[in-house]
Amino acid sequence: MAPLADFGFVGASTGLLIALGLGVAFGFFLERGGLGNAVKLAGQFYLTDLTVFKVMFAAIVTAMLGLFWLAVAGVVQLPLVFVPSTFVLPHIAGGVVFGVGFVVGGLCPGTSCVSASSGRLDGLAVMGGVMLGILVFNEAFPLIEAFYRATPLGPVTVPQVLGLPHGVMVAATVAAALLGFAAAERLERRARPGRE
Amino acid sequence: MVLLLAFVIMGRGLGASGAFSTAIASGVALAAPDHAAANAAYAAYAPNGPASLLTDWLFIEIVGVTIGGLASALLAGRFRIAVDRGPRVSVRGRLACALGGGVLMGIGAKLARGCTSGQALTGGALLSVGSWLFILAAFAAGYLVAPLVRRAWT
Repeated sequence: MAPLADFGFVGASTGLLIALGLGVAFGFFLERGGLGNAVKLAGQFYLTDLTVFKVMFAAIVTAMLGLFWLAVAGVVQLPLVFVPSTFVLPHIAGGVVFGVGFVVGGLCPGTSCVSASSGRLDGLAVMGGVMLGILVFNEAFPLIEAFYRATPLGPVTVPQVLGLPHGVMVAATVAAALLGFAAAERLERRARPGRE
Repeated sequence: MVLLLAFVIMGRGLGASGAFSTAIASGVALAAPDHAAANAAYAAYAPNGPASLLTDWLFIEIVGVTIGGLASALLAGRFRIAVDRGPRVSVRGRLACALGGGVLMGIGAKLARGCTSGQALTGGALLSVGSWLFILAAFAAGYLVAPLVRRAWT
């Protein structure tokens, strides 16, 4: 019976209201978590503040486990959830360019909105930069379209590529995240001696 | 939790850069309709011309994110006009970095078909191969470049 939208429980205009509601919740929690602060986010790359890692992986693991169990219980039809298609080289190249932009700019596109709406001008500058970057990309699109569409794999998942059951990969990711959380706590304690 | 709700209700995750894409494409479609129609990158994000913006799921979602951030900041008494920056960088330097970093992220997010929200969180939770390549590449690049821009943050 879920995704609700695919089973006709949610129409187009209700969908937009839900988008607004989900957005408000997402923005609220990002601001609550201090993720509107670029200095805090940049701390991720100097191992002084690993909030980015913890929030990211907490969200990934929550959603992944939730989907997994709802699918097991037969509530959600996993094949109907939209999985983004993979394009190997563009994904890697995009990740590299994005990562450099992240450490220079200190915010990602989503957190820049939160940063800006809580009054920070640097957040506004990141938002402007992202739009400028998209404009540059779009204007150059005819030149890079071939690369953009290179090395397509379709909507594949990691367990499919590795030939593992989805559940095994979910468990492995959860284990890796838990180890990561423990390591993150240790690193943060080391970065701030005497402050607990 | 919010992300899980999005999957359950809509069968899709969250996204931020897609909203920016639609905003840009709609703006260009308004300012130069012929130019936008001739370029596949714009046409995909503004299929109905400038009006696409108001019915775009991700754009509405990002409007929500902005409202949510504002509400949280106001409720906590945290709202103030400021520039967050490292102790060794000027306000102007920080804003220049923010703009430059934003440009790179805009280009990177377009190449990878999504940013932290759409690729890393949403695709990551679905165990998409491309999403995990994006996450690993972004963190690797971030850590490699971090020592070079240490002055901006510490």
